[in-house]
Amino acid sequence: MYESILHHPNSLFGQFERLRRELDDVFGISGLPSNIRSVAQGTVPAINVGRTPGSVEIYAFAPGLDASKIDVTLDRGVLRIAGERVSAIPADDPKVQVYTRERGYGSFTRAISLSEDIDPSQIQANYRDGVLHVSIARRESPQPKRINVQ
Amino acid sequence: MSEKQKVSGPGADQQQRTVQPAIDVFEDAGGITLLADMPGVPRDHLEIKVEGDTLLIEGGVQRFTPEGLEAVYAEVQVPRYRRSFTLSRELDTARIEANLKDGVLSLHIPKQAHAQPRRIAVSAG
Repeated sequence: MYESILHHPNSLFGQFERLRRELDDVFGISGLPSNIRSVAQGTVPAINVGRTPGSVEIYAFAPGLDASKIDVTLDRGVLRIAGERVSAIPADDPKVQVYTRERGYGSFTRAISLSEDIDPSQIQANYRDGVLHVSIARRESPQPKRINVQ
Repeated sequence: MSEKQKVSGPGADQQQRTVQPAIDVFEDAGGITLLADMPGVPRDHLEIKVEGDTLLIEGGVQRFTPEGLEAVYAEVQVPRYRRSFTLSRELDTARIEANLKDGVLSLHIPKQAHAQPRRIAVSAG
């Protein structure tokens, strides 16, 4: 009966929970440990990491890059993505009036540490619609071992 | 060109969360150019609408989730971009050119022919 108050989506508790989550999104005050290489929100490129039974999938949201100039390296389990974006706003033209300048320019590097079971010889990267997708195969995990009880 | 404030209650927010794409806007003699970062949006998921004097750009990120994908770490959760602008009368909305390349939308909104800058001669006497 008490539990139902907590789980009702529009209850006071539900609203507090939503507020807490929103504050967490904005200020990150939940106190949970964060990755040592994590960066402030709004950093370019934002990165999502996922895992399937056979691979690790990394998606970097990096629009407007020249695919041939994106540098992806894997060294001792740390994946580094580096690149540079040049400004599309014509510089030093007195006839051009700039109203908004929100898009970031310049060079960037991001690093992600990966789990130990990845296979560095099987790595693929492609760039499409402004998203860099890196896929790294995982080694087959050893079969669970049965221990006989004597 | 001024930007419209997005008004949404908590209910609307839950139904469809959108983010405003980062943009650059600049103007030269021919018109206004708008660049918007919309990574992950393919051409067929992009919508550009002009209604009256309002320009709306909206795009959904294509879901690329392989079988059995489990999120480990996510900085981007919102799969939809949306931003709207108020245009002014001297802009020619019928001749907007749009181009989407590598996740960057570029829009060129030309000025009406009669709104091109004209030098007005001042006669003395």
